[in-house]
Amino acid sequence: MSSLQPLNPDDFDYWKAQHLLNRAGFGGTPAQVRGLAGMGLQGAVEYIVDYGGIEAEPVRADLFDGDIMSPMSRDQRDVLRQARRDRDEVTLSEFRRRRQERQRADRRQMIEIQRWWMTRLIESPRPLEEKMTLFWHGHFATNYRAIEDSYHMFMQNQLFRVYAVGNFKGLTHAVIRDPAMLRYLNNDQNRKQEPNENLARELMELFTLGEGHGYSEDDIKEGARALTGYTYRDDSFIDRKSRQYRRLHDDGIKRIMGESGKWDGDDFVEIIFSRRACSEFICLKLYRYFVNDRPGDPDRDRQQFIMDMATQLRRNKYALRPVLKALFMSEHFYDPSNVASQVKSPVQLIVQAVRSLHTPTRQLSALASAADLMGQNIFYPPSVKGWAGGRTWINTSTLFVRQNAIVYLLTGRRPDRYPWQDDGTRYDATHLLEHLREPNGAVSVQDAVSYLLRINLAGEPHPQRVASLVAFVESRGGRLDNPMLIALLSLITAMPEYQLC
Amino acid sequence: MSDHDPTYTRRLFLERGLTLASLAATAPLFIQRSALGMMQSPALSSQPGVPDDRILVVIQLGGGNDGLNTVVPYGAGAYYDARPDLAVPAPGRGTQQRPAALPLDDRQGIGLHPDFRGFKTLMDEGVAGIVQGVGYPNPNRSHFTSMDIWHTADTEAKGYGWIGRYFDNTCAGTPLPEGAVAIGRKAPLAMQGAVQKPVTFETAELFRWMGEDLHPALEAPYQAINRSGTLPSVNPDSQLGFLMRTALDAQVSSDRIRAAVAKPALVEYPRGNLAEQLRIVAAMIRDEMATRVYYVSMSGFDTHANQFGRHSNLLRQAGDALNAFYRDLKAQASSGRVLTMVFSEFGRRVSQNASGGTDHGTAAPLYLVGDMVRPGLLGDHPSLTQLDQGDLVFNVDFRSIYAAIIEDWMGAPARPILGRDYRKAKILS
Repeated sequence: MSSLQPLNPDDFDYWKAQHLLNRAGFGGTPAQVRGLAGMGLQGAVEYIVDYGGIEAEPVRADLFDGDIMSPMSRDQRDVLRQARRDRDEVTLSEFRRRRQERQRADRRQMIEIQRWWMTRLIESPRPLEEKMTLFWHGHFATNYRAIEDSYHMFMQNQLFRVYAVGNFKGLTHAVIRDPAMLRYLNNDQNRKQEPNENLARELMELFTLGEGHGYSEDDIKEGARALTGYTYRDDSFIDRKSRQYRRLHDDGIKRIMGESGKWDGDDFVEIIFSRRACSEFICLKLYRYFVNDRPGDPDRDRQQFIMDMATQLRRNKYALRPVLKALFMSEHFYDPSNVASQVKSPVQLIVQAVRSLHTPTRQLSALASAADLMGQNIFYPPSVKGWAGGRTWINTSTLFVRQNAIVYLLTGRRPDRYPWQDDGTRYDATHLLEHLREPNGAVSVQDAVSYLLRINLAGEPHPQRVASLVAFVESRGGRLDNPMLIALLSLITAMPEYQLC
Repeated sequence: MSDHDPTYTRRLFLERGLTLASLAATAPLFIQRSALGMMQSPALSSQPGVPDDRILVVIQLGGGNDGLNTVVPYGAGAYYDARPDLAVPAPGRGTQQRPAALPLDDRQGIGLHPDFRGFKTLMDEGVAGIVQGVGYPNPNRSHFTSMDIWHTADTEAKGYGWIGRYFDNTCAGTPLPEGAVAIGRKAPLAMQGAVQKPVTFETAELFRWMGEDLHPALEAPYQAINRSGTLPSVNPDSQLGFLMRTALDAQVSSDRIRAAVAKPALVEYPRGNLAEQLRIVAAMIRDEMATRVYYVSMSGFDTHANQFGRHSNLLRQAGDALNAFYRDLKAQASSGRVLTMVFSEFGRRVSQNASGGTDHGTAAPLYLVGDMVRPGLLGDHPSLTQLDQGDLVFNVDFRSIYAAIIEDWMGAPARPILGRDYRKAKILS
């Protein structure tokens, strides 16, 4: 029996739908969760994964300016060369000044792109599309600091979106053509005469096979040769019929993992993807992202589940959609040991809070900067390994930032300013309790508290938490008006449990 | 010791007043033991002969401090040729508007900016040193990139920070809850490791839950929630167990830091942001926190226009703050175990520009304070005539200073942290 055995459809209830929406997306309001639960297991999973039919804001190439960092024209280059020869300080300093100006403009655009993605994460009707875009951003990690071209980051972000639940192999072929990646891992300097191994190494070690999984240092060297000449001009991958490519690319015979031929970069990818380890590596990563990110090696049952995912991925020639569907349908995904077992990433924390509590979005730049303070600055992953995730998100400082960022969403008071001033936009939390109300409008304190805890915490609330919040409401007169709801939500979102999803 | 007994955990850690709950039950036993020992004094050193309680304080001067107008080469005519409006006069040649440099080394013709006198006093007392001409190959003139290069100790500016890697390499995979403390809005890259993350706060007042300001009645239930430690029936190894311990740590840490900072300092500090940050650091050192590295920063050094007055102000603030900090440490008998390093991402160009300022440059001096510092000027001033595209050429790779700090001050092998061997700069006596 496969470990991917689906959940009994009768067991798919509100709480399982909530788990699905939290993990495959960024949560939702109680009304949205009820809607999803009503679709039944299969319907809900298809709704989440086959999102192509859901209308979403198109991503147009002209959303941002692609020319800020475009290379100098031939004329400009000539002027600069001449000025260097003549030691013409005036012209040289003018060039420096203009370059600094463009860099400043580009950094401003990067902030705009951050805001744009933040908005999309919060508003997209295709949550899995954004969730997978974020997954690929952490997987094929590229940091703007080293790229210094915001449009390349934007293009890469859109590449991840297009391939979100598409084909992993196809995406990898695209990534070795992606200007931001080529620049980040120095493949723009990888040429026949002087090979640079950086991309070849990370391609195997971090992107596809994992360290120690069937390749040697020699394979890296030979792979680097295969990737020579894979570079870009302006915003596009180099034309492989061009003289420049022929000059840079080593078209000799390479021997990669035992296979010899006149391999190029795409052949190299094909050889990698013919290895079983490649499917297992990415499935382990997807498992940690969607199911359970406990530190240490997965136990035997989990290992088996990952192997079965990998088998299915290979059978589908690396198409992700069928594997993700099987994953979200599986009994294992909904197992109590996997619910409320994952530390929310900073982006997950913020986006899920806005989506599920339906708070005002407040200032997008404040949200992006809060995520940054919690350790996840989107478009600036800390290294080519992406974000380590899991427990590394949490320490005493980030915990306060996490709690305070939600206070900001609830109240509009920025936690980094003291004394506080709110932004004047009031959050109405009463909608959360709407369907609990008796026909006469009354809600019992016990019911309201239990319910608020249950929809905000991924798992069953601890009885002690229920009791202490009920006591708190009673001590304040038992009224459940909006200020009291906001007080309750501030306390619930400050619980250690709230950091889990 | 049972982690299922919340009262025990809570009492133990509250009594010791130190945040170690997150180590319990996560760390292997031998680390727990050394961590408990660390409550008295940190026990990280692996190098024999290096005391365990040494502290490093890093001060970042953001924007690119003008090294040539801080450590003034008054003996070089080329300096006055390049900066007709900006140069600091040689000793004895000062005017009312332009006071003369404070002489440091007459033979070399080197002095200090007259407003950097707080630092000059420390030099005179033999507790401060200056490494001249510090930089790195293929200098980058972007603030961001050059700062990242200094933070990562990597000329590609990639990877985690050098101090973060120091902790990652010495703590066997378990972060120290208060090992690294950064004052500022955002944790500096230098302090970020794969495992170790710094405690970061702008002011101690903001290092807490702000929700309690909504209504005083919220404080009690909040405290009950966050000080419970690991609740009964929660598996201490689970993510939730870990989070509950960290929440308790955060409360204890917040109490502790706010209490330390609230105590009046032993000496008077000048006004200014850097002085306030250093006052906080001195208070935490005095309170015997287990922190090994503190990080503070001051900005405003990007003096492209009308530099003279602004730069004088900045140097006065920095020098006076450093001076007060040293006096404070001296008064609390800590000056022998605290090494302070002051750096900037680059110096400025040799020639002044047309706006009475200077543009981004390259090599610059680096400043050190502490009883163990080799006092005086270290290394030679970079040549003012042999320039590279109008910029100074560095003599000392900054990573050779890091190497010396890591090995000789912090007592850890530098190679695994810096990725290769650097000849250690002789910065300690």
